[in-house]
Amino acid sequence: MIDLIVLPLIKIVFVLTGVLITVMYLVLLERKVQAWVQARLGPMRVGPHGVLQPIADVVKLFVKEDVTPVRAEKWVFTLAPIIVLVPSLIAFAVIPFGPEVNLFGRPVPLYITDLNVGLLYIVSVAAIGVYGIILGGWSSNSKYPLLGSLRSSAQLISYELAVTLTFVSVILAAGSLSMVQIVEAQHANGVWFAFVQPVALFIYGVGALAETNRNPFDLPEAESELVAGFHTEYSGMRFALFFLAEYTNMIVVSAVATTLFFGGWLRPFPNVEWLSFLGLVPAWIWFTLKTFALLYVFLWIRATLPRYRYDQLMQLGWKWLIPLAIANIVVTAAVKVILGS
Amino acid sequence: MERDAGRSMFDTDELVINMGPQHPATHGVLRVVLKLDGEKVVDADVVIGYLHRGVEKLTENRDWTQIVLLTDRLDYVASAAANLAYVETVEKLMSIEVPRRARYVRTILAELQRLASHLVWLGSHAMDIGAITVFLYCLRERELILDLFEEYCGARLTYNSMRIGGLPQDVPSGWLPKVLRFCDVQEEKLAEYETLLTHNRIWLQRTRGIGAITGQAAIAVGLCGPSLRGSGVPRDVRKDEPYAAYDEIPFDIAVGANGDTYDRYLVRLEEMRQSMRIVRQAVEGLPEGPVMAKVPRLIKPPAGETYHANESPKGEIGFFIASDGRSTSPYRLRVRPPSFCNLQALPQLVRGHLVADVIAIIGTIDIVLGEVDR
Repeated sequence: MIDLIVLPLIKIVFVLTGVLITVMYLVLLERKVQAWVQARLGPMRVGPHGVLQPIADVVKLFVKEDVTPVRAEKWVFTLAPIIVLVPSLIAFAVIPFGPEVNLFGRPVPLYITDLNVGLLYIVSVAAIGVYGIILGGWSSNSKYPLLGSLRSSAQLISYELAVTLTFVSVILAAGSLSMVQIVEAQHANGVWFAFVQPVALFIYGVGALAETNRNPFDLPEAESELVAGFHTEYSGMRFALFFLAEYTNMIVVSAVATTLFFGGWLRPFPNVEWLSFLGLVPAWIWFTLKTFALLYVFLWIRATLPRYRYDQLMQLGWKWLIPLAIANIVVTAAVKVILGS
Repeated sequence: MERDAGRSMFDTDELVINMGPQHPATHGVLRVVLKLDGEKVVDADVVIGYLHRGVEKLTENRDWTQIVLLTDRLDYVASAAANLAYVETVEKLMSIEVPRRARYVRTILAELQRLASHLVWLGSHAMDIGAITVFLYCLRERELILDLFEEYCGARLTYNSMRIGGLPQDVPSGWLPKVLRFCDVQEEKLAEYETLLTHNRIWLQRTRGIGAITGQAAIAVGLCGPSLRGSGVPRDVRKDEPYAAYDEIPFDIAVGANGDTYDRYLVRLEEMRQSMRIVRQAVEGLPEGPVMAKVPRLIKPPAGETYHANESPKGEIGFFIASDGRSTSPYRLRVRPPSFCNLQALPQLVRGHLVADVIAIIGTIDIVLGEVDR
């Protein structure tokens, strides 16, 4: 009973609050990192060095008027942000933050569940988010959001393909679809898959930027062209949901990358004996550190690069990334067969 | 019927989109009505006039000295350039000989202004294409120029920094070394912008071949300034009809080859380097002497009319003035605004490109709506 219901519930509450707080502070972190790159200070007014800024933002978003355009399709308009947010949140169900630990004399795995098709689950859940974007843009009954949502659906679908293909090569290397076993495979292997599958990592990185609509692929919300893209007509809390989803997605892709390519909760060089003092740091802290390091790369890229044009982005996806990913699968499979025989 | 046979399967329709007047990337209150076929621009219609203040008419009720202040409000990111063009026009009509020192200081101010204006252009252009950081870097250096202007004339945006016959005051002591120091800083920072953009693959893909126009076509449509030079036409008023101290200071005209957005970007960057070169030479060769010619207390040009053009950061800014010789205000004043002339090339430049390119092209022709609408 406890193992079946109470423990998962507690973990879900923990993960959800953790993620939401991280999102809040990720926004602050993004503003700060950008500010530092751009030789300015960033938020400084709310609390020391702006640490209370996220709270002020949330309060602001809550008290803002929530406008629904007169000609919008009300029902779909309300539903769309929820469809975008929920999948990105439930993707955390299979992400392993750490191995099994003993808490109060009871073995507690530091993940909500370990599906044997965990990776497949993430791929399929992530695909649902696109619907929200299309519906949001369409139901606004306005031109800019419509263009924005068309762009982003095309973009998301094409890059999802490339990203999913990189998963295949990781699965080949790990021999499992379960997130936990992928991490353990890296333990057994002795090196992170980042070194085994550098091409896959590269494609995943580019694809992840595109899938989360981040610079240089932030076309769906290209501020200077489409005002705000698919969520132009959204305001108040409903806008906040889109915003939340975007940042949650960033965390998801970083967490997945950590798990697949950077050894998840494992300490660096997990099999090197004399580095065992690194194991004193709890596993989930390693996981968090790695995820944040990847998130920092997101912010860094945003502060540096210009934006691709829509057609160039499609070209990059279809003409380069997807063929490269397929070639990578073939090579991985061939190497595996040769080594196995 | 025959002609549409191929399309009859799908009912296609052109999408008409209003870009502006409240749009983050139109650099002010510009409205562009775009006809789109998918994301491709079939046609563009530029609607202006949202910032019309009737500056030309206003001048008819101001006396000649007060008009300097109105010229500040034309191109508000390059006020000194408009100041200079206007006062030189009046001086030409009155045949006033401006002291040499004043001409040199004017050159320094005009070139600093060109740098400031190009920095704003580079920043906003890069931001339109998605490189936010460049914008903040550019404005950081522009701030230094504004500080220099503030020290010189007290104002940071609308300088009112020229007088008919010379300058309101000599340069403050210690100002010139600061200008030189600024040039050194700017030199370094320019290289910094270039590492972010010039060889950046994404930047190249976004600007190469976008909004290309041949030299012939550019002349035909009336492009001027860096936008024209980007197409390889070496037309620069500073060289062709030298004013201020440009005939005494050597500098090169930057020209492009392909006339696309990337070439115009390179031309403006080179122009910034040349501006620093001019400023350095002008500071070093600054002659001693008065900064104000002998002019009557009440400016009253003789009856007649004249036209005089300068090279503002945006292009050729010209003033046509007509005086009746009796009143103390112009009978008619007409501005030839470079932004306005450049803007009319927009429909031609964007046709056949994508929506995203429209933004890049609006950025590359470097318009300021205060000058377009007056």
